[in-house]
Amino acid sequence: MSKQLLSWNRYPRLCAAQIHAISNRLAHLPNAESSMLAYGNGRSYGDVCLNQDGCLLMTRYLDRFINFDSDSGILRCESGVTLEKILSIIVPKGWFLPSTPGTRYVTIGGALANDVHGKNHHSVGTFGHHIRSFELLRSDGQRLECTPSKNSEYFHATIGGLGLTGLVTWVEIQLAPIRSPWMHVESKSFPNLKEFWSINQQYEAEWPYTVAWVDCLAQNKQRGRGIFFSARHASMEDAFPCFKENSWRIPVTPPISLVNNLSVRVFNEIYYRNPNRPNSKLTHYIPYFYPLDKIKNWNRIYGRKGFLQYQCVLPHESAEAAIDSLLEIISKNGQGSFLAVLKTFGNRASLGMLSFARPGVTLALDFPNHGERTLRLLDSLDFVVKEAGGALYPAKDSRMSGEMFQCGFPEWESFMKFIDPKFSSSFWRRVTQ
Amino acid sequence: MNELKKVVIFGATSAIAEHAARDLIDRGASLFCVGRDQGKLEVIVTDLKIRNSTSQRIEGYVADLMDTEGHSQILKVAEETLGGIDAALVCYGTLPDQKRCESSFSMARDAIDVNAISVISLLTELANKFESQKRGVIAVVSSVAGDRGRQSNYVYGAAKGMVSIFMQGLRNRLAKHGVSVVTIKPGFVDTPMTEGFDKSSILWTKPEKISKGLVNAMESGKSCVYLPGFWRWIMLLIRCIPEGLFKRLSL
Ligand SMILES: Cc1cc2nc3c(=O)[nH]c(=O)nc-3n(C[C@H](O)[C@H](O)[C@H](O)COP(=O)(O)OP(=O)(O)OC[C@H]3O[C@@H](n4cnc5c(N)ncnc54)[C@H](O)[C@@H]3O)c2cc1C
Ligand SMILES: NC(=O)c1ccc[n+]([C@@H]2O[C@H](COP(=O)([O-])OP(=O)(O)OC[C@H]3O[C@@H](n4cnc5c(N)ncnc54)[C@H](OP(=O)(O)O)[C@@H]3O)[C@@H](O)[C@H]2O)c1
Repeated sequence: MSKQLLSWNRYPRLCAAQIHAISNRLAHLPNAESSMLAYGNGRSYGDVCLNQDGCLLMTRYLDRFINFDSDSGILRCESGVTLEKILSIIVPKGWFLPSTPGTRYVTIGGALANDVHGKNHHSVGTFGHHIRSFELLRSDGQRLECTPSKNSEYFHATIGGLGLTGLVTWVEIQLAPIRSPWMHVESKSFPNLKEFWSINQQYEAEWPYTVAWVDCLAQNKQRGRGIFFSARHASMEDAFPCFKENSWRIPVTPPISLVNNLSVRVFNEIYYRNPNRPNSKLTHYIPYFYPLDKIKNWNRIYGRKGFLQYQCVLPHESAEAAIDSLLEIISKNGQGSFLAVLKTFGNRASLGMLSFARPGVTLALDFPNHGERTLRLLDSLDFVVKEAGGALYPAKDSRMSGEMFQCGFPEWESFMKFIDPKFSSSFWRRVTQ
Repeated sequence: MNELKKVVIFGATSAIAEHAARDLIDRGASLFCVGRDQGKLEVIVTDLKIRNSTSQRIEGYVADLMDTEGHSQILKVAEETLGGIDAALVCYGTLPDQKRCESSFSMARDAIDVNAISVISLLTELANKFESQKRGVIAVVSSVAGDRGRQSNYVYGAAKGMVSIFMQGLRNRLAKHGVSVVTIKPGFVDTPMTEGFDKSSILWTKPEKISKGLVNAMESGKSCVYLPGFWRWIMLLIRCIPEGLFKRLSL
């Protein structure tokens, strides 16, 4: 047995029977006795990237660039290349990722398999919308080159396909041109949700990137207060200071979570009221897109038991009322979250059969794992989400019921015929069996 | 500080060498990459070219290094391609199945041929070349396994031990000519060579970590480095155990 691989929230702790490092994309898949599943960089929260008693195919050494045309911005690389490495090569040449999650330590294969979204979803859709092609290696040795027109069924099944359709060996994407690595960022606080909706509508029309932080412990009249951030890539004419990233580590895992009701309350109050927050500033892309990457293993502050993420999407019609109810339940319950993020998705339909992003509003939260107490709270949130016709994000789930999944992803049954017979995941077994 | 602008890598498709190549291009080196598997070599050379931000040269060359007759030709082509050679990194080999070597002499000999004899052929060519140019770095990836014979892998260990001792002598011979002869002794490294091993102990290291130490040692012209450094102390201890006791241990 090799080292146990965990997902980012360190819960659940499931052991694979075998870990197999893939480093040669030209080779066949190993002849595993149990089911297989690709493991990228383990930045999912939960069990989409885990396969208890099965075999994990570790892709971190499948990390070569294959082609980069700096005139057209088309990049092809192996699936284990991280977004961090891609950025380090493309940014100096005037290109950027068309869509990026809130950490750059994910692999491009993982970004594809969860069809991830960024702060610019309302303007450009998900990561999948920018994928031109990829190769899918199946356990029977077949190699399918998939594009929107070639093997297109597998194209749509594999984008957002949670790693179940086989191993993606390489991916080709269309990058977005930028004129500078810096960002213009504006921020504006809002006292309640009502105000959020109106600011959001106004800013979304003009800014490619928008996102809001909400204080999920504020109660009553202050419920739903927060800060709205909008941004765009800066242009060459702006003057730039130089940027040097420094990072920290959490040296040990504390026995109990340092994130608790009190620390969150204090943090939120200070963060919301911070008088020094400028309304408009120039920020390098790294701290803007990836503020959490500064602390290499911030997931440890939640202690040994780990934490749970909760991210839902709600259709526009029911979103206002449902978000209000969700925040009410959370603030009354008092199990707080530092990272409460609110954002609207645009109307571009996602390409994947099981893609999470869809028109509506998404709310993401994280909770220290207090066992039953936390699971009960999340169940009560599920109730609201389900009533509102919403869905939960598999990439950030470790506990939703099969019913909750199946309601949110009605194509799950037609998806099944694309699953590689030798592939499976703990997540998939949990929500379908 | 040794100059590392023109480097030849023997065994460029090995995990450790691939990471060393990335580190070397980050420091501005042009590379001549020798590997035996054309497909793998192309994948790696293409990747290195994209990672390389300036106009350094990166070329691949396919050769089975067991073919010692071809060694001088490889060096000639490398020198012409790069316009000289500052350093050579020898980083290839196989880890034979010890149990099978015990019942098959021809397997044991193959292991010794690839891990030791072919390396010595390369070193002979490299030594003469660097001796006459009066500068340069010769780095060879040996192993902690070469420090003391153990029942679990003494065929591989004997081959690595031969390389380590050969390197000692070579260092002694070339010191006065300004040539650095660097022996690298990694501990347990998580690479395809050790696929299937139980890697749960903390003694295992990632190849990208080994490669950093390796390139630093080449640059500063160290004589013999254990990677990670704590292996120096582990091996010191292991070498100190009296043979009477050692022969009874199951290591
Ligand atoms: C701080 C932080 C912020 C985040 N912000 C966002 C965000 O803003 N938006 C968002 O959408 N997500 C976000 N995420 C989630 C993250 O982007 C996704 O979980 C992403 O998929 C993780 O990629 P990974 O490489 O770590 O893959 P893993 O977590 O290892 O795997 C994810 C899935 O991809 C599959 N997979 C991986 N490689 C391959 C392959 N080569 N072939 C086939 N399948 C493969 C796995 O089987 C698994 O199902 C965030 C995560 C963190 C930790
Ligand atoms: N992994 C460890 O724990 C460890 C510990 C100490 C020392 N080392 C040493 O580190 C070096 C690199 O190994 P690694 O760990 O990086 O493993 P690796 O990735 O398996 O590399 C071994 C390489 O040797 C090449 N090779 C074998 N025979 C060859 C031949 N006749 N001609 C040309 N190339 C040949 C292989 O080529 P192909 O790709 O074509 O097969 C492969 O690229 C080796 O010298 C090894 O002994 C490893």
